[in-house]
Amino acid sequence: MRIYAIAVFLFLYVPIGIIVLFSFNAGRHASELRGLSVQWYGKALSNPFVGDAFVTSLIVAFSVAILSSLMGTAAALALQRLKGTMRVLFDGLIYISVMIPGIVIGIATLVALVTVFDFLNPLLASIWPEGTKPPKLHMGYVSVIAAHTLFTMSLVIILVRARIAGMDRSLIEASMDLYATPWRTFYQVTLPQIYPAILAGFLLSFTFSFDDFIISFFVAGANTTLPIYIFSSIRRGITPEVNAIGTMVLAVSLILLMTAQFFLRARTNR
Amino acid sequence: MGAGSKPNQWLTVALLTPTSIWFLFLLILPLIVILVFSFGERAAVGGYAGGFTFEQYGNLPSRLKAFQNTMLIAPLGTLLSLIVAYPLAYYLALRVSRRFKLLLLVLVIVPFWTSLLVRTYAWIFILGGRGIPTLLEFIGIEGVRLINTPGAVLVGIVYGYLPLMVFPIFVSLEKLDKSLLEASSDLGGSPFKTFMQITLPLSMPGIATGCMLVFILLMGEFLIPAFLGGGKVFFIGNALVDLFLQSRNWPFGAAVSVTLVVIMLITVSLYMRMMMRSKTGRDESLM
Repeated sequence: MRIYAIAVFLFLYVPIGIIVLFSFNAGRHASELRGLSVQWYGKALSNPFVGDAFVTSLIVAFSVAILSSLMGTAAALALQRLKGTMRVLFDGLIYISVMIPGIVIGIATLVALVTVFDFLNPLLASIWPEGTKPPKLHMGYVSVIAAHTLFTMSLVIILVRARIAGMDRSLIEASMDLYATPWRTFYQVTLPQIYPAILAGFLLSFTFSFDDFIISFFVAGANTTLPIYIFSSIRRGITPEVNAIGTMVLAVSLILLMTAQFFLRARTNR
Repeated sequence: MGAGSKPNQWLTVALLTPTSIWFLFLLILPLIVILVFSFGERAAVGGYAGGFTFEQYGNLPSRLKAFQNTMLIAPLGTLLSLIVAYPLAYYLALRVSRRFKLLLLVLVIVPFWTSLLVRTYAWIFILGGRGIPTLLEFIGIEGVRLINTPGAVLVGIVYGYLPLMVFPIFVSLEKLDKSLLEASSDLGGSPFKTFMQITLPLSMPGIATGCMLVFILLMGEFLIPAFLGGGKVFFIGNALVDLFLQSRNWPFGAAVSVTLVVIMLITVSLYMRMMMRSKTGRDESLM
Protein backbone atom coordinates (compact mmCIF):
# COMPACT_ATOMS: atom_id res chain seq x y z
CA MET A 1 0.00 0.00 0.00
CA ARG A 2 2.86 2.32 0.81
CA ILE A 3 4.52 1.44 -2.49
CA TYR A 4 1.31 2.27 -4.28
CA ALA A 5 1.17 5.66 -2.58
CA ILE A 6 4.77 6.38 -3.54
CA ALA A 7 4.00 5.43 -7.14
CA VAL A 8 1.03 7.83 -7.26
CA PHE A 9 3.12 10.64 -5.79
CA LEU A 10 5.78 9.98 -8.44
CA PHE A 11 3.05 10.06 -11.09
CA LEU A 12 1.95 13.47 -9.76
CA TYR A 13 5.39 15.03 -9.44
CA VAL A 14 7.68 13.49 -12.10
CA PRO A 15 6.08 15.44 -15.00
CA ILE A 16 6.52 18.69 -13.06
CA GLY A 17 10.12 17.69 -12.37
CA ILE A 18 10.73 17.03 -16.06
CA ILE A 19 9.55 20.53 -17.01
CA VAL A 20 11.79 22.06 -14.37
CA LEU A 21 14.78 19.91 -15.39
CA PHE A 22 14.43 20.68 -19.09
CA SER A 23 14.10 24.39 -18.42
CA PHE A 24 17.76 24.30 -17.37
CA ASN A 25 18.69 22.67 -20.67
CA ALA A 26 21.88 24.04 -22.20
CA GLY A 27 21.03 22.68 -25.63
CA ARG A 28 18.79 24.37 -28.20
CA HIS A 29 16.29 21.57 -28.61
CA ALA A 30 13.63 21.02 -26.04
CA SER A 31 13.82 17.25 -26.03
CA GLU A 32 17.59 16.72 -25.79
CA LEU A 33 19.20 17.47 -22.50
CA ARG A 34 22.73 18.78 -23.07
CA GLY A 35 24.18 20.07 -19.84
CA LEU A 36 22.60 22.55 -17.51
CA SER A 37 22.36 26.32 -17.82
CA VAL A 38 20.07 29.17 -16.94
CA GLN A 39 20.34 30.79 -20.37
CA TRP A 40 16.67 30.17 -21.22
CA TYR A 41 15.55 32.06 -18.16
CA GLY A 42 17.58 35.01 -19.42
CA LYS A 43 16.01 34.61 -22.87
CA ALA A 44 12.51 34.37 -21.42
CA LEU A 45 12.92 37.34 -19.11
CA SER A 46 14.30 39.56 -21.85
CA ASN A 47 11.50 38.62 -24.26
CA PRO A 48 9.17 41.67 -24.31
CA PHE A 49 6.10 39.52 -25.10
CA VAL A 50 6.70 37.42 -22.02
CA GLY A 51 7.24 40.54 -19.93
CA ASP A 52 3.98 42.10 -21.16
CA ALA A 53 2.04 38.87 -20.63
CA PHE A 54 3.48 38.54 -17.14
CA VAL A 55 2.48 42.10 -16.19
CA THR A 56 -1.02 41.56 -17.63
CA SER A 57 -1.40 38.33 -15.63
CA LEU A 58 -0.24 40.03 -12.45
CA ILE A 59 -2.61 42.99 -12.86
CA VAL A 60 -5.55 40.68 -13.57
CA ALA A 61 -4.76 38.24 -10.75
CA PHE A 62 -4.22 41.00 -8.21
CA SER A 63 -7.47 42.79 -9.09
CA VAL A 64 -9.36 39.49 -9.02
CA ALA A 65 -7.92 38.61 -5.60
CA ILE A 66 -8.77 42.01 -4.09
CA LEU A 67 -12.29 42.12 -5.53
CA SER A 68 -13.19 38.56 -4.61
CA SER A 69 -11.88 38.69 -1.06
CA LEU A 70 -13.77 41.94 -0.36
CA MET A 71 -17.03 40.91 -2.02
CA GLY A 72 -16.81 37.30 -0.91
CA THR A 73 -16.24 38.20 2.73
CA ALA A 74 -19.04 40.76 2.68
CA ALA A 75 -21.41 38.20 1.19
CA ALA A 76 -20.35 35.46 3.61
CA LEU A 77 -21.04 37.76 6.57
CA ALA A 78 -24.44 38.72 5.22
CA LEU A 79 -25.46 35.19 4.23
CA GLN A 80 -25.27 33.88 7.78
CA ARG A 81 -28.16 36.21 8.63
CA LEU A 82 -30.18 35.38 5.57
CA LYS A 83 -32.90 32.76 5.73
CA GLY A 84 -35.59 31.25 3.56
CA THR A 85 -35.86 31.53 -0.21
CA MET A 86 -33.11 34.13 -0.58
CA ARG A 87 -30.69 31.90 1.26
CA VAL A 88 -31.50 28.94 -0.98
CA LEU A 89 -31.19 31.16 -4.06
CA PHE A 90 -27.74 32.43 -3.06
CA ASP A 91 -26.52 28.99 -2.06
CA GLY A 92 -27.60 27.68 -5.46
CA LEU A 93 -25.85 30.50 -7.33
CA ILE A 94 -22.66 30.01 -5.31
CA TYR A 95 -22.55 26.31 -6.11
CA ILE A 96 -23.38 26.87 -9.78
CA SER A 97 -20.60 29.43 -10.17
CA VAL A 98 -18.05 27.15 -8.51
CA MET A 99 -19.03 24.03 -10.43
CA ILE A 100 -19.74 25.38 -13.91
CA PRO A 101 -16.78 24.62 -16.19
CA GLY A 102 -14.59 27.60 -17.06
CA ILE A 103 -15.35 27.20 -20.74
CA VAL A 104 -19.05 27.90 -20.17
CA ILE A 105 -18.25 31.01 -18.10
CA GLY A 106 -15.86 32.14 -20.84
CA ILE A 107 -18.37 31.66 -23.65
CA ALA A 108 -21.30 33.15 -21.76
CA THR A 109 -19.30 36.22 -20.75
CA LEU A 110 -17.97 36.68 -24.28
CA VAL A 111 -21.37 36.45 -25.90
CA ALA A 112 -23.12 38.62 -23.32
CA LEU A 113 -20.48 41.36 -23.31
CA VAL A 114 -20.18 41.52 -27.10
CA THR A 115 -23.98 41.84 -27.30
CA VAL A 116 -23.97 44.65 -24.74
CA PHE A 117 -21.06 46.41 -26.47
CA ASP A 118 -22.70 46.15 -29.90
CA PHE A 119 -25.71 47.85 -28.38
CA LEU A 120 -23.83 50.50 -26.38
CA ASN A 121 -21.12 51.51 -28.86
CA PRO A 122 -23.42 53.11 -31.51
CA LEU A 123 -25.35 54.72 -28.65
CA LEU A 124 -22.17 56.22 -27.21
CA ALA A 125 -21.07 57.36 -30.66
CA SER A 126 -24.40 59.11 -31.26
CA ILE A 127 -24.42 61.06 -28.01
CA TRP A 128 -20.71 61.90 -28.10
CA PRO A 129 -19.92 65.52 -29.05
CA GLU A 130 -19.02 66.15 -32.71
CA GLY A 131 -15.35 66.09 -33.57
CA THR A 132 -14.08 64.02 -30.65
CA LYS A 133 -13.52 60.30 -30.93
CA PRO A 134 -16.18 58.38 -28.98
CA PRO A 135 -14.92 55.68 -26.62
CA LYS A 136 -15.28 52.17 -27.96
CA LEU A 137 -16.05 49.46 -25.42
CA HIS A 138 -14.17 46.25 -26.04
CA MET A 139 -12.98 43.09 -24.32
CA GLY A 140 -9.95 43.58 -22.13
CA TYR A 141 -8.84 43.78 -18.55
CA VAL A 142 -12.30 44.49 -17.19
CA SER A 143 -13.93 41.49 -18.89
CA VAL A 144 -11.24 39.03 -17.75
CA ILE A 145 -11.25 40.35 -14.20
CA ALA A 146 -15.04 40.24 -14.02
CA ALA A 147 -15.24 36.70 -15.39
CA HIS A 148 -12.53 35.33 -13.10
CA THR A 149 -14.11 37.04 -10.10
CA LEU A 150 -17.37 35.13 -10.57
CA PHE A 151 -15.62 31.87 -9.64
CA THR A 152 -13.16 33.19 -7.04
CA MET A 153 -15.76 35.28 -5.21
CA SER A 154 -17.83 32.15 -4.61
CA LEU A 155 -14.71 30.33 -3.48
CA VAL A 156 -14.02 33.03 -0.88
CA ILE A 157 -17.65 32.87 0.29
CA ILE A 158 -17.33 29.11 0.85
CA LEU A 159 -14.02 29.43 2.72
CA VAL A 160 -15.07 32.34 4.92
CA ARG A 161 -18.47 30.83 5.64
CA ALA A 162 -16.85 27.60 6.81
CA ARG A 163 -14.72 29.70 9.14
CA ILE A 164 -17.71 31.64 10.46
CA ALA A 165 -19.50 28.35 11.14
CA GLY A 166 -16.58 27.20 13.28
CA MET A 167 -16.32 30.51 15.13
CA ASP A 168 -16.87 30.93 18.83
CA ARG A 169 -20.19 32.76 18.95
CA SER A 170 -20.06 33.39 22.68
CA LEU A 171 -17.33 35.97 22.11
CA ILE A 172 -19.63 37.96 19.84
CA GLU A 173 -22.45 37.75 22.35
CA ALA A 174 -20.08 38.83 25.12
CA SER A 175 -18.96 41.78 23.04
CA MET A 176 -22.56 42.84 22.39
CA ASP A 177 -23.43 42.42 26.08
CA LEU A 178 -20.58 44.74 26.94
CA TYR A 179 -22.18 47.38 24.73
CA ALA A 180 -19.66 47.31 21.91
CA THR A 181 -21.03 48.81 18.71
CA PRO A 182 -21.66 46.29 15.89
CA TRP A 183 -18.75 47.80 13.95
CA ARG A 184 -16.43 47.43 16.91
CA THR A 185 -17.57 43.88 17.51
CA PHE A 186 -16.84 43.10 13.88
CA TYR A 187 -13.46 44.78 13.91
CA GLN A 188 -12.23 43.42 17.24
CA VAL A 189 -13.94 40.05 17.51
CA THR A 190 -15.18 38.71 14.16
CA LEU A 191 -12.43 39.92 11.84
CA PRO A 192 -9.48 38.53 13.82
CA GLN A 193 -11.21 35.14 13.78
CA ILE A 194 -12.00 35.03 10.07
CA TYR A 195 -8.96 36.76 8.59
CA PRO A 196 -6.97 33.53 7.98
CA ALA A 197 -9.79 32.32 5.74
CA ILE A 198 -9.94 35.69 3.95
CA LEU A 199 -6.19 35.66 3.33
CA ALA A 200 -6.28 32.06 2.12
CA GLY A 201 -9.17 33.03 -0.16
CA PHE A 202 -7.18 35.99 -1.47
CA LEU A 203 -4.19 33.80 -2.30
CA LEU A 204 -6.26 31.03 -3.88
CA SER A 205 -8.12 33.61 -5.99
CA PHE A 206 -4.81 35.04 -7.12
CA THR A 207 -3.51 31.57 -7.99
CA PHE A 208 -6.67 30.61 -9.86
CA SER A 209 -6.64 33.78 -11.93
CA PHE A 210 -2.91 33.63 -12.58
CA ASP A 211 -3.16 30.03 -13.85
CA ASP A 212 -6.47 30.25 -15.70
CA PHE A 213 -6.28 29.71 -19.41
CA ILE A 214 -9.71 28.92 -20.80
CA ILE A 215 -11.74 31.87 -19.45
CA SER A 216 -9.03 34.37 -20.43
CA PHE A 217 -8.78 32.73 -23.85
CA PHE A 218 -12.39 33.73 -24.55
CA VAL A 219 -12.67 37.14 -22.90
CA ALA A 220 -9.18 38.69 -22.82
CA GLY A 221 -9.62 40.36 -26.22
CA ALA A 222 -6.26 41.70 -27.41
CA ASN A 223 -4.64 41.23 -23.99
CA THR A 224 -2.35 38.26 -23.65
CA THR A 225 -1.98 36.64 -20.24
CA LEU A 226 0.94 34.34 -19.47
CA PRO A 227 -1.06 31.09 -19.93
CA ILE A 228 -2.36 32.35 -23.28
CA TYR A 229 1.21 33.15 -24.31
CA ILE A 230 2.41 29.68 -23.26
CA PHE A 231 -0.49 28.05 -25.12
CA SER A 232 0.27 29.80 -28.39
CA SER A 233 4.02 29.13 -27.99
CA ILE A 234 3.36 25.41 -27.55
CA ARG A 235 1.30 25.48 -30.73
CA ARG A 236 4.45 26.70 -32.50
CA GLY A 237 6.59 24.03 -30.88
CA ILE A 238 8.07 23.38 -27.46
CA THR A 239 11.32 25.20 -26.77
CA PRO A 240 13.42 25.28 -23.59
CA GLU A 241 12.25 28.88 -23.28
CA VAL A 242 8.64 27.69 -22.87
CA ASN A 243 9.86 25.29 -20.18
CA ALA A 244 11.55 28.16 -18.37
CA ILE A 245 8.35 30.24 -18.48
CA GLY A 246 6.33 27.22 -17.35
CA THR A 247 8.67 26.68 -14.43
CA MET A 248 8.31 30.30 -13.38
CA VAL A 249 4.50 30.00 -13.54
CA LEU A 250 4.65 26.87 -11.38
CA ALA A 251 6.97 28.63 -8.92
CA VAL A 252 4.58 31.57 -8.52
CA SER A 253 1.64 29.25 -7.74
CA LEU A 254 3.70 27.13 -5.37
CA ILE A 255 4.86 30.13 -3.34
CA LEU A 256 1.30 31.45 -3.08
CA LEU A 257 -0.07 28.03 -2.16
CA MET A 258 2.44 27.57 0.61
CA THR A 259 1.45 30.96 1.98
CA ALA A 260 -2.25 30.02 1.74
CA GLN A 261 -1.57 26.74 3.49
CA PHE A 262 0.23 28.63 6.23
CA PHE A 263 -2.85 30.75 6.87
CA LEU A 264 -5.24 27.79 6.73
CA ARG A 265 -2.99 26.00 9.23
CA ALA A 266 -3.06 29.06 11.48
CA ARG A 267 -6.81 28.65 11.40
CA THR A 268 -6.78 25.08 12.68
CA ASN A 269 -4.12 25.76 15.31
CA ARG A 270 -6.01 28.50 17.01
CA MET B 1 -23.88 40.98 15.46
CA GLY B 2 -27.49 41.35 16.50
CA ALA B 3 -30.33 40.27 14.33
CA GLY B 4 -33.67 41.60 13.27
CA SER B 5 -33.39 45.37 13.68
CA LYS B 6 -33.97 47.63 10.67
CA PRO B 7 -30.45 49.02 10.13
CA ASN B 8 -29.12 45.48 10.18
CA GLN B 9 -31.39 44.48 7.35
CA TRP B 10 -30.03 47.33 5.27
CA LEU B 11 -26.52 46.21 6.12
CA THR B 12 -27.30 42.69 4.90
CA VAL B 13 -28.63 44.07 1.62
CA ALA B 14 -25.60 46.33 1.21
CA LEU B 15 -23.16 43.51 1.88
CA LEU B 16 -24.87 41.29 -0.68
CA THR B 17 -25.23 43.91 -3.41
CA PRO B 18 -21.85 43.47 -5.16
CA THR B 19 -22.21 39.69 -5.16
CA SER B 20 -25.76 39.94 -6.50
CA ILE B 21 -24.60 42.25 -9.30
CA TRP B 22 -21.94 39.73 -10.25
CA PHE B 23 -24.35 36.80 -10.22
CA LEU B 24 -26.87 38.76 -12.25
CA PHE B 25 -24.58 40.21 -14.92
CA LEU B 26 -21.93 37.51 -15.18
CA LEU B 27 -23.92 34.36 -14.56
CA ILE B 28 -27.68 34.66 -15.00
CA LEU B 29 -27.88 37.17 -17.87
CA PRO B 30 -25.07 35.58 -19.91
CA LEU B 31 -26.71 32.17 -19.61
CA ILE B 32 -30.01 33.69 -20.79
CA VAL B 33 -28.23 35.38 -23.72
CA ILE B 34 -26.67 32.06 -24.72
CA LEU B 35 -30.11 30.43 -24.58
CA VAL B 36 -31.58 33.18 -26.81
CA PHE B 37 -28.66 32.94 -29.24
CA SER B 38 -29.11 29.21 -29.59
CA PHE B 39 -32.50 29.80 -31.21
CA GLY B 40 -31.11 32.45 -33.56
CA GLU B 41 -29.46 32.39 -36.94
CA ARG B 42 -25.93 32.99 -38.04
CA ALA B 43 -25.22 36.44 -39.46
CA ALA B 44 -23.45 36.58 -42.84
CA VAL B 45 -20.27 37.97 -41.26
CA GLY B 46 -20.34 35.50 -38.39
CA GLY B 47 -21.85 36.31 -35.03
CA TYR B 48 -25.56 36.41 -34.40
CA ALA B 49 -28.71 37.41 -36.26
CA GLY B 50 -32.07 37.40 -34.52
CA GLY B 51 -34.75 34.87 -35.15
CA PHE B 52 -36.48 31.89 -33.69
CA THR B 53 -35.50 28.59 -35.19
CA PHE B 54 -34.58 25.12 -34.05
CA GLU B 55 -32.11 24.89 -36.92
CA GLN B 56 -29.07 25.08 -34.64
CA TYR B 57 -30.29 22.20 -32.53
CA GLY B 58 -31.08 20.26 -35.69
CA ASN B 59 -27.44 20.77 -36.66
CA LEU B 60 -26.10 19.16 -33.50
CA PRO B 61 -25.41 15.80 -35.23
CA SER B 62 -22.69 17.52 -37.29
CA ARG B 63 -20.66 17.69 -34.09
CA LEU B 64 -21.73 14.22 -32.99
CA LYS B 65 -18.13 13.00 -32.81
CA ALA B 66 -17.24 15.61 -30.16
CA PHE B 67 -20.28 14.63 -28.08
CA GLN B 68 -19.52 10.92 -28.49
CA ASN B 69 -15.88 11.38 -27.47
CA THR B 70 -16.84 13.47 -24.45
CA MET B 71 -19.63 11.20 -23.28
CA LEU B 72 -17.37 8.16 -23.64
CA ILE B 73 -14.02 9.45 -22.38
CA ALA B 74 -15.33 11.70 -19.57
CA PRO B 75 -17.07 8.86 -17.64
CA LEU B 76 -14.17 6.52 -18.39
CA GLY B 77 -11.67 9.13 -17.16
CA THR B 78 -13.78 9.68 -14.03
CA LEU B 79 -13.84 5.95 -13.33
CA LEU B 80 -10.08 5.61 -13.88
CA SER B 81 -9.42 8.58 -11.57
CA LEU B 82 -11.59 6.91 -8.93
CA ILE B 83 -9.72 3.62 -9.26
CA VAL B 84 -6.36 5.37 -8.91
CA ALA B 85 -7.53 7.78 -6.20
CA TYR B 86 -9.38 5.44 -3.84
CA PRO B 87 -6.43 3.36 -2.58
CA LEU B 88 -4.41 6.54 -2.08
CA ALA B 89 -7.22 8.24 -0.16
CA TYR B 90 -7.66 5.07 1.90
CA TYR B 91 -3.97 4.94 2.68
CA LEU B 92 -3.82 8.61 3.65
CA ALA B 93 -6.96 8.47 5.81
CA LEU B 94 -6.49 5.18 7.63
CA ARG B 95 -2.89 4.05 7.39
CA VAL B 96 -0.74 7.16 7.83
CA SER B 97 0.22 8.57 11.21
CA ARG B 98 -1.28 11.91 12.20
CA ARG B 99 2.02 13.71 11.76
CA PHE B 100 2.40 12.98 8.05
CA LYS B 101 -1.26 12.91 7.14
CA LEU B 102 -1.67 16.65 6.59
CA LEU B 103 1.64 16.98 4.79
CA LEU B 104 0.83 14.17 2.36
CA LEU B 105 -2.67 15.49 1.76
CA VAL B 106 -1.24 18.90 0.93
CA LEU B 107 1.19 17.20 -1.47
CA VAL B 108 -1.77 15.64 -3.27
CA ILE B 109 -3.73 18.88 -3.52
CA VAL B 110 -0.92 21.26 -4.45
CA PRO B 111 -0.66 20.14 -8.10
CA PHE B 112 -4.35 20.86 -8.60
CA TRP B 113 -3.77 24.50 -7.78
CA THR B 114 -0.84 24.89 -10.14
CA SER B 115 -1.21 25.55 -13.83
CA LEU B 116 -3.07 22.69 -15.54
CA LEU B 117 -1.70 24.08 -18.80
CA VAL B 118 1.93 23.60 -17.79
CA ARG B 119 1.29 20.24 -16.12
CA THR B 120 -0.56 18.88 -19.15
CA TYR B 121 2.06 19.97 -21.63
CA ALA B 122 4.64 18.04 -19.61
CA TRP B 123 2.86 14.97 -20.94
CA ILE B 124 3.39 16.07 -24.55
CA PHE B 125 7.04 15.63 -23.62
CA ILE B 126 6.65 12.29 -21.88
CA LEU B 127 4.29 10.64 -24.37
CA GLY B 128 5.66 12.39 -27.46
CA GLY B 129 8.08 10.90 -29.98
CA ARG B 130 11.19 11.45 -27.88
CA GLY B 131 9.68 10.42 -24.57
CA ILE B 132 8.46 6.94 -23.66
CA PRO B 133 8.44 5.66 -27.30
CA THR B 134 12.21 6.35 -27.50
CA LEU B 135 12.74 4.52 -24.22
CA LEU B 136 10.75 1.58 -25.56
CA GLU B 137 12.91 1.48 -28.67
CA PHE B 138 15.91 0.94 -26.43
CA ILE B 139 14.43 -2.29 -25.17
CA GLY B 140 13.41 -3.30 -28.64
CA ILE B 141 9.77 -2.31 -28.87
CA GLU B 142 9.39 -0.09 -31.90
CA GLY B 143 6.71 1.94 -33.56
CA VAL B 144 4.68 2.67 -30.45
CA ARG B 145 2.61 5.80 -30.78
CA LEU B 146 1.23 7.17 -27.53
CA ILE B 147 0.41 10.82 -28.08
CA ASN B 148 -2.80 11.83 -29.89
CA THR B 149 -4.61 8.69 -28.77
CA PRO B 150 -7.58 8.27 -26.42
CA GLY B 151 -5.16 6.61 -24.01
CA ALA B 152 -3.00 9.73 -23.85
CA VAL B 153 -6.07 11.85 -23.13
CA LEU B 154 -7.08 9.45 -20.35
CA VAL B 155 -3.63 9.64 -18.77
CA GLY B 156 -3.84 13.43 -18.90
CA ILE B 157 -7.28 13.32 -17.28
CA VAL B 158 -6.22 11.08 -14.39
CA TYR B 159 -3.12 13.18 -13.90
CA GLY B 160 -4.97 16.49 -13.96
CA TYR B 161 -7.99 15.59 -11.84
CA LEU B 162 -6.64 13.03 -9.38
CA PRO B 163 -6.34 15.57 -6.51
CA LEU B 164 -9.98 16.55 -6.93
CA MET B 165 -10.99 12.90 -6.56
CA VAL B 166 -8.68 12.05 -3.65
CA PHE B 167 -9.76 14.93 -1.45
CA PRO B 168 -13.50 14.23 -0.94
CA ILE B 169 -12.86 10.49 -0.55
CA PHE B 170 -10.18 11.23 2.03
CA VAL B 171 -12.59 13.47 3.95
CA SER B 172 -15.32 10.81 4.07
CA LEU B 173 -12.88 8.08 5.12
CA GLU B 174 -11.36 10.35 7.73
CA LYS B 175 -14.76 11.01 9.31
CA LEU B 176 -15.48 7.29 9.44
CA ASP B 177 -15.91 5.92 12.95
CA LYS B 178 -12.82 3.72 13.42
CA SER B 179 -14.52 1.67 16.17
CA LEU B 180 -16.82 0.21 13.50
CA LEU B 181 -13.81 -1.26 11.75
CA GLU B 182 -12.52 -2.70 15.01
CA ALA B 183 -15.92 -4.13 15.86
CA SER B 184 -16.11 -5.83 12.50
CA SER B 185 -12.72 -7.48 12.83
CA ASP B 186 -13.42 -8.41 16.47
CA LEU B 187 -16.54 -10.16 15.28
CA GLY B 188 -14.46 -12.18 12.88
CA GLY B 189 -15.12 -10.23 9.68
CA SER B 190 -12.36 -10.67 7.13
CA PRO B 191 -10.59 -7.47 6.00
CA PHE B 192 -12.31 -7.83 2.64
CA LYS B 193 -15.74 -8.19 4.23
CA THR B 194 -15.06 -5.24 6.54
CA PHE B 195 -14.12 -3.14 3.53
CA MET B 196 -17.12 -4.16 1.44
CA GLN B 197 -19.69 -3.85 4.22
CA ILE B 198 -18.40 -0.89 6.22
CA THR B 199 -15.62 1.16 4.67
CA LEU B 200 -16.91 1.29 1.11
CA PRO B 201 -20.57 2.14 1.89
CA LEU B 202 -19.52 4.80 4.40
CA SER B 203 -17.17 6.43 1.89
CA MET B 204 -19.90 6.60 -0.76
CA PRO B 205 -20.61 10.33 -0.21
CA GLY B 206 -16.96 11.11 -0.90
CA ILE B 207 -16.91 8.90 -3.97
CA ALA B 208 -20.07 10.54 -5.30
CA THR B 209 -18.76 14.07 -4.67
CA GLY B 210 -15.40 13.31 -6.28
CA CYS B 211 -16.93 11.65 -9.31
CA MET B 212 -19.38 14.46 -9.86
CA LEU B 213 -16.75 17.19 -9.58
CA VAL B 214 -14.39 15.42 -11.96
CA PHE B 215 -17.12 14.47 -14.41
CA ILE B 216 -18.55 17.98 -14.61
CA LEU B 217 -15.16 19.58 -15.15
CA LEU B 218 -14.29 16.94 -17.76
CA MET B 219 -17.44 17.70 -19.72
CA GLY B 220 -16.06 21.17 -20.38
CA GLU B 221 -12.45 20.13 -20.78
CA PHE B 222 -10.48 21.76 -23.57
CA LEU B 223 -6.76 21.72 -22.76
CA ILE B 224 -6.15 18.00 -22.24
CA PRO B 225 -7.67 16.87 -25.56
CA ALA B 226 -6.10 19.88 -27.32
CA PHE B 227 -2.62 18.92 -26.12
CA LEU B 228 -2.76 15.15 -25.90
CA GLY B 229 -5.48 14.36 -28.42
CA GLY B 230 -3.89 16.40 -31.18
CA GLY B 231 -7.04 17.03 -33.20
CA LYS B 232 -7.84 13.31 -33.30
CA VAL B 233 -9.47 12.99 -29.90
CA PHE B 234 -11.49 16.15 -29.39
CA PHE B 235 -14.13 17.05 -26.81
CA ILE B 236 -17.16 19.36 -26.84
CA GLY B 237 -14.86 22.02 -25.38
CA ASN B 238 -12.64 21.86 -28.45
CA ALA B 239 -15.67 22.15 -30.71
CA LEU B 240 -16.80 25.20 -28.72
CA VAL B 241 -13.44 26.96 -29.07
CA ASP B 242 -13.59 26.29 -32.80
CA LEU B 243 -17.18 27.53 -33.13
CA PHE B 244 -16.73 30.71 -31.08
CA LEU B 245 -13.18 31.75 -31.86
CA GLN B 246 -12.37 30.33 -35.28
CA SER B 247 -15.42 29.75 -37.45
CA ARG B 248 -17.46 32.32 -35.51
CA ASN B 249 -20.70 30.41 -35.77
CA TRP B 250 -22.14 31.78 -32.54
CA PRO B 251 -25.75 30.56 -32.68
CA PHE B 252 -24.62 27.01 -33.34
CA GLY B 253 -21.93 27.34 -30.65
CA ALA B 254 -24.66 28.58 -28.28
CA ALA B 255 -26.79 25.52 -29.07
CA VAL B 256 -23.82 23.24 -28.34
CA SER B 257 -23.19 25.09 -25.04
CA VAL B 258 -26.83 24.83 -23.99
CA THR B 259 -26.81 21.10 -24.73
CA LEU B 260 -23.62 20.75 -22.66
CA VAL B 261 -25.11 22.64 -19.72
CA VAL B 262 -28.31 20.57 -19.90
CA ILE B 263 -26.33 17.32 -19.78
CA MET B 264 -24.42 18.67 -16.76
CA LEU B 265 -27.62 19.75 -14.99
CA ILE B 266 -29.11 16.28 -15.48
CA THR B 267 -25.95 14.78 -13.97
CA VAL B 268 -26.03 17.09 -10.96
CA SER B 269 -29.72 16.48 -10.27
CA LEU B 270 -29.20 12.73 -10.49
CA TYR B 271 -26.36 13.13 -8.03
CA MET B 272 -28.46 15.27 -5.68
CA ARG B 273 -31.22 12.68 -5.73
CA MET B 274 -28.70 9.98 -4.94
CA MET B 275 -27.35 12.01 -2.04
CA MET B 276 -30.83 12.72 -0.72
CA ARG B 277 -31.54 9.02 -0.70
CA SER B 278 -28.41 8.21 1.27
CA LYS B 279 -29.23 11.15 3.58
CA THR B 280 -25.64 12.02 4.24
CA GLY B 281 -24.11 15.43 4.50
CA ARG B 282 -21.79 16.61 1.79
CA ASP B 283 -18.53 18.46 1.97
CA GLU B 284 -18.65 22.15 1.38
CA SER B 285 -14.99 22.69 0.84
CA LEU B 286 -13.26 22.26 -2.48
CA MET B 287 -9.84 22.62 -0.99
